[in-house]
Amino acid sequence: MSAAQEPAVNQRLAVTMGLNKEEYVRIRELLGRKPTYTELGITAALWSEHCSYKSSKVYLQEFPTQGEHVLQGPGENAGIVDIGNGWVAAFKMESHNHPSFIEPYQGAATGVGGILRDVFTMGARPIACLDSLRFGAIDAPRMKHLIDGVVRGIGDYGNCVGIPTVGGETGFHSGYDNNILVNAFALGVARRERIFNAVASGPGNPLLYAGSRTGRDGIHGATMASESFGAESESKRPTVQVGDPFTEKVLLEACLAVMRTDAVVAVQDMGAAGLTSSAFEMADRGGTGLRLDLDRVPLREKGLSPYEIMLSESQERMLLVARRGREEEVARIFERWGLEVSEIGEVTEDGMARIKAGRKEVANLPIAPLGKNAPMYRRPVEAPKDLSKRQAPPEVPQPDDLAGTLEGLLGTPELGDKSWIWRQYDHTVRTNTVIGPGGDAAVLLLKGTPSGLALTSDVNPVYCSLDPSSGGSQAVAEAVRNLACVGAEPIGLTDCLNFGNPEDPTISWQFRECVHGMAAACEALDVPVISGNVSFYNETEGKSIPPTPTVAMVGLIPDLASLPVAHFTNSGDRVLLLGEDYGEFGGSAYLRLLHGVEQGRPPKVDLRAEERLADLLRFLAFEGILRTAHDLSEGGLAIALAEATIDGGLGADLAVDIDPVRLFSETQARAIVAVAPHDVERIMEEATEFEVPITELGSVGGDRLKVRCDGATLDAQVEDLYRSWSTALPRALDF
Amino acid sequence: MRCGVVVFPGSNCDHDVYHVLKHVLDQEVLFLWHGDADLRDCQLVVLPGGFSYGDYLRAGAMAVHSPILEEVRRHAESGGQVLGICNGFQILLETGLLDGAMRRNRSLRFECRDVYLRVERDDLPFTSDYDQGQVLRMPIAHAEGSYIGSEEMLDELEESSRVVFRYVTPDGADATGEDEERWNVNGSARAIAGVCNEAGNVLGMMPHPERCAEQVFGNVDGLAVFAAVAGAGARGLGVLS
Repeated sequence: MSAAQEPAVNQRLAVTMGLNKEEYVRIRELLGRKPTYTELGITAALWSEHCSYKSSKVYLQEFPTQGEHVLQGPGENAGIVDIGNGWVAAFKMESHNHPSFIEPYQGAATGVGGILRDVFTMGARPIACLDSLRFGAIDAPRMKHLIDGVVRGIGDYGNCVGIPTVGGETGFHSGYDNNILVNAFALGVARRERIFNAVASGPGNPLLYAGSRTGRDGIHGATMASESFGAESESKRPTVQVGDPFTEKVLLEACLAVMRTDAVVAVQDMGAAGLTSSAFEMADRGGTGLRLDLDRVPLREKGLSPYEIMLSESQERMLLVARRGREEEVARIFERWGLEVSEIGEVTEDGMARIKAGRKEVANLPIAPLGKNAPMYRRPVEAPKDLSKRQAPPEVPQPDDLAGTLEGLLGTPELGDKSWIWRQYDHTVRTNTVIGPGGDAAVLLLKGTPSGLALTSDVNPVYCSLDPSSGGSQAVAEAVRNLACVGAEPIGLTDCLNFGNPEDPTISWQFRECVHGMAAACEALDVPVISGNVSFYNETEGKSIPPTPTVAMVGLIPDLASLPVAHFTNSGDRVLLLGEDYGEFGGSAYLRLLHGVEQGRPPKVDLRAEERLADLLRFLAFEGILRTAHDLSEGGLAIALAEATIDGGLGADLAVDIDPVRLFSETQARAIVAVAPHDVERIMEEATEFEVPITELGSVGGDRLKVRCDGATLDAQVEDLYRSWSTALPRALDF
Repeated sequence: MRCGVVVFPGSNCDHDVYHVLKHVLDQEVLFLWHGDADLRDCQLVVLPGGFSYGDYLRAGAMAVHSPILEEVRRHAESGGQVLGICNGFQILLETGLLDGAMRRNRSLRFECRDVYLRVERDDLPFTSDYDQGQVLRMPIAHAEGSYIGSEEMLDELEESSRVVFRYVTPDGADATGEDEERWNVNGSARAIAGVCNEAGNVLGMMPHPERCAEQVFGNVDGLAVFAAVAGAGARGLGVLS
């Protein structure tokens, strides 16, 4: 499409590009004239929900973002925390939901690619990924195809680049039948003095383009991710980008090599909204301007219009600000890795973006009004009308056969073994993985130091749907608990807030409530939010996903020498329960998976109790007393005990003074631990000291899991539990 | 010993091998760039895991034509030690320095998990710190690791004792029946996990010994491969005990 064929700019065109009427008026007023076609496209991308956070910003300000470890909070490509010994960790999570539903393999693969680039542009070498996946019911249309594609996409990309996927979570719920979620997290490490910020500074410095050439793929991907799906989502396949992990690998090596020199000032990935967002964001952060010559952008094919060049989301491309006079040095490093570099413009000081194609200026836009000062909305909020009905206390049927009930739960894809998924991910490359996928938290060695990092991702969408505020708090609290189970102190979190259409007042209400609950938990448990991402419009034909604020949290373990594991390891160890049960079944796995009921108030979140439990677990782990520590979550005590026996193949003989059904209660702030018999007295004393209720349940040993309750006994062969659990997902997928 | 780790643009286990040789075994280690036709006097050359040039065509197919491979071939033919791990093994098969070929795993999926290996030969520079029949636990991480060859070639391989590691059950038995699928994960012919050349100076293996060479991972079964070949046997055994 040449400039001559460009459609006429008017309000209707603006609306098809995703701007509303007010926004179209606003850009006209800002410019004092009608925007050009290219300018309108740039504005629509920058003011899309995906890039501007226009509906979420007002609430995100609630999050605490400061902390003793925080070096870089939200607003950069990734947040950064100090992890000691001169090292820092950069991490972030991002959604790739819309593209993954349209084209699962490429959608998920490029999600991993994008988040890796966000991390290495900060000067950090990526060392680990997590993936939080939400699929629909396995028998829903296309679902097996989506699961297969997403898992292959993540695997093929991460495996080739050589970054281990060490954990994450996978859930299944019919609320995602038409909108799956793919949230990818990456973490990298750097020496503290080697951190880079994506700030375009130094007027006169050249803007260098490096990596793959620009093609027509992914044009308007950011806008696509800011719209709901109709019946025609399949037709949006061309807006999905195509990934090339090998180019990512060489781009990673070349960028890190170039950043070790003093020749570059800043690096930013051309991610959502491509060249547009990377150039505008870097200049916006630096309070500078820029000049771009689109004739110098390397193209995959001839004849791309300025609009297409600015909006293409071709993958594996980087924009660098180099020091003037050092361009050759930068080019040599990229060429060594087989990559092209082209100077496409320079930094200026006038706060304007002037973009030229041929002899013509195709855009002349003020940067700050389009970026920092983009529109911001406080959307109307309203609690859903059926809330009190959905929160009414559910009836809780008694299980007639405890072992059968437990095996039934373990045999669901939701609670069953996920190794079918994570065995397709290389989780041991880079030789840092001390605990890989499948435990409470993944644990990574920090080579050359005694310490380690722990990573987890958590959210319970059913809880969030029944009470978004409490569900938001619970996600943060569970992450803290998971980290505490490996003795890690939380140092920061990143999130992916996945919701429906914010223009619907009940969705905005969900969002506000979730953020409020998360912020309260972050404050109480002292975890700063250092980066994150909002994904709205996860809905199809008016039906929204359950609110899903995925939390990924990073913790620091001072010494790996005394690391507890999530399963029983020694016959004769004593098993103890930390925390107290209140018999809570609202939104529980027991009711949902076995009785088809999603009703009631989710378990109450007592942040003080969570804090005391986490403090106790960390203390005990540090003292080297814990052999096993495993948190209680979905499925309650019964599932936690089953998981602890399955992994080590060791049973347990236990007794607990409760009504049998309460084995499946999901009261929070609880964990099971196992210690050597001679440490029982000590742990009892410490629990009292930390004001954490503690109950001795019995001993590890044998090949059965036996739990005597009031009036009934759960008695199952560990081998049978293992069989139900390990075959659940492959059986349901039936590939 | 002076050790070289070859770096292709898509190598991703290069640093892991370097780490074990340098920081665990205290050897002299250099990275050798794929574009340089120079082994820089290294006595041991390791071709590490990864995706050499992206491997979009066939694992290792492009790497054979890189300048460094000519030197690796010369080194191998003159008796120098060459160890290929995972992608490195695939490359050695493509060069013809080792016999056989790879196809995709029987699941047609990438497989990352621990497997069990039986040491079939303990008289090689790479295996002299093991005992014949010893069972090792080692991680695999590959999509193309199903070793194949013609029946004649495989017979010849067995007769000349060139099978160095075989996938077995945890107690060291040949995996048969239902067990076969579980323990010979990728479906290799005759459960072959690693082979050497006639002279025994070139070894290729799919599992990753460098990923189980430190106590912190709860498994040091792979360390002896490097310890033995680097002539650091005494020290290696010290770490093992």
